[in-house]
Amino acid sequence: MLSYIVRRLLIAIPTFFVIVTACFFLMRAAPGGPFDAEAPVPPEILANLRAAYNLDKPLVQQYADYMVRMVQGDFGPSFKYKDFTVTELIAQGAPISAQNGLAALILAIMIGVPVGIMAALNQNSRRDYTAMGFAMTGIAVPNFVMAPTLILIFAIWLKDTPFQLPAGSLGDGGVKHRILPVFTLSLVYIAYLARITRASMIEALRQNFVRTARAKGLPYRSVVVRHALKNAMIPVVTFLGPATAFLLTGSMVVETIYALPGIGRYFVQGALNRDYTLVMGVTALSAALILIMNLVVDVAYAYLDPRVRYDQR
Amino acid sequence: MSTVFDIRDLNVRFSTPDGEVAAVSEVSLALKPGECLGLVGESGSGKSQTFMAAMGLLARNGTASGAVHYGGTNLLTANETDLNKIRGDRVAMIFQDPMTSLTPHMKVGKQLGEVLIHHRKMSAREARAAALDMLKRVHVPEAERRLDMYPHELSGGLRQRVMIAMALLCGPEVLIADEPTTALDVTVQAQILDLLREVRVQHGTAIVLITHDLGVIAGLADRVAVMYAGRIVEVGDVRQIFRSPRHPYTAGLLSCTPSLENRVTATALTTIPGQPPNLQRLPAGCAFHPRCVKVDDRCRAERPALVGDTACFKAEAA
Repeated sequence: MLSYIVRRLLIAIPTFFVIVTACFFLMRAAPGGPFDAEAPVPPEILANLRAAYNLDKPLVQQYADYMVRMVQGDFGPSFKYKDFTVTELIAQGAPISAQNGLAALILAIMIGVPVGIMAALNQNSRRDYTAMGFAMTGIAVPNFVMAPTLILIFAIWLKDTPFQLPAGSLGDGGVKHRILPVFTLSLVYIAYLARITRASMIEALRQNFVRTARAKGLPYRSVVVRHALKNAMIPVVTFLGPATAFLLTGSMVVETIYALPGIGRYFVQGALNRDYTLVMGVTALSAALILIMNLVVDVAYAYLDPRVRYDQR
Repeated sequence: MSTVFDIRDLNVRFSTPDGEVAAVSEVSLALKPGECLGLVGESGSGKSQTFMAAMGLLARNGTASGAVHYGGTNLLTANETDLNKIRGDRVAMIFQDPMTSLTPHMKVGKQLGEVLIHHRKMSAREARAAALDMLKRVHVPEAERRLDMYPHELSGGLRQRVMIAMALLCGPEVLIADEPTTALDVTVQAQILDLLREVRVQHGTAIVLITHDLGVIAGLADRVAVMYAGRIVEVGDVRQIFRSPRHPYTAGLLSCTPSLENRVTATALTTIPGQPPNLQRLPAGCAFHPRCVKVDDRCRAERPALVGDTACFKAEAA
């Protein structure tokens, strides 16, 4: 297994470079440039700016320079947030996004998976329909609707009651400020997890080996937990891999509405500003996360189903 | 005459989007201690569902009525807790497909051991020792090593031996074998049948052998019940039925078995004409009448009851 992990990591390196390369050239191919949005500047100043940011050289030269510095961990200066390097911006924002994402992920697993199991065990009952109704709503309502609604309820209507919650921002850094953003972020994942868990649990309960376990006279609880659950977790893990990568890199909508200084907003703002280096930085980060999470998922498969073996040739 | 397992007037119904399916109708079977009862029939004849219902293993859309008595308990009305005191302990079951009937992510030793941990309150260590002992008794080679293997690392025959070992752990009085050899190679089939025979002799376990293979029945069973369209159409001593079947369906089944003796005359395989009936649209009268060679007007209008050993108006003539 260890040799498999090492091999996969080695394969991930060229994949990573392909993604970064594609992103580099796609950004440059987009019309406009980083300094177009500002008031028209005299050609001499523009030329100076372009020279300062290394944009005056041929594209291939720029690419080579960028890659050499990136390998050394230097993502260059941000074009928009002057005085900041991309590395600094990510170092400031990433922990905030990652903390919220991690909390949302844990919340989603803690609620979504048990709800899905409960629905599967009571398939086609009222509880099942209620749970799946909420799940459908969670998937259908976009978070730019959910976030203001939650703010309206918890920050405005419930103001001066014990249920009042701050409408985001880091405030004094207390946990209370994180509740609404984390909940908003996790809602759609709770809903997806509940639906996936329910479907795969129903499937697992129909397996012949579950019938064998029941014929052995085991209590139904241990039939479910010991025999069906592990099998049912395979699709859930498949979903959780990329979901984790997305959650940890933050959400533009949630961070904007709750005024959180994470990195989620950089994906969209950076692209709109043609802030080449910033976009490259956040893309590299999320690409690396997705590559790692995919590996984690594949390793988890081998744990969940011993028939999956990577070591044999 | 003592009875160890008694099925009385069992009906099994499945509700489907297309309506209700009568999978098993008015089936009564009594199993004597230590005997081997064969249950034959085509796919969909209700032979498996009869015992799935008896063991409380019906699919969610299935309901059973009637009574199934084991040691003073009606298994159909018993609650899950009482049922679980009998299932896997006093009455055990093995299934057709040993590939999918063992839990893929659990080591063999653990799957065996949990039966004893649950029913006999053994420690994990005791259960493992007992499991090893049982694997040896069902002639699993290198049994010690197998305990730490996953089912997919074993051959089909070995998996079925593991299934049988699992069923025998608590020394059950009744073993229900649902097509135990169907998924196996012919040579392995013979080995598994030998093992079941041995189980019977050594442990005195009563065996219900559910199969569509008359050869399997002939080699092992004392009595045989033939099912067609959810009903028992003939029941009796295995030799007598093989020698002189009274129901035309049984006779048809027997004549379908290729035999080396009449290879000179039979160039094509004999079959029973027609298809097994759709259980949602059973023909009026005897369910077998559209395929029967002896059919007359009475068979089309009236369903023959199981009188004595057979459910056929023409039985006398057979």
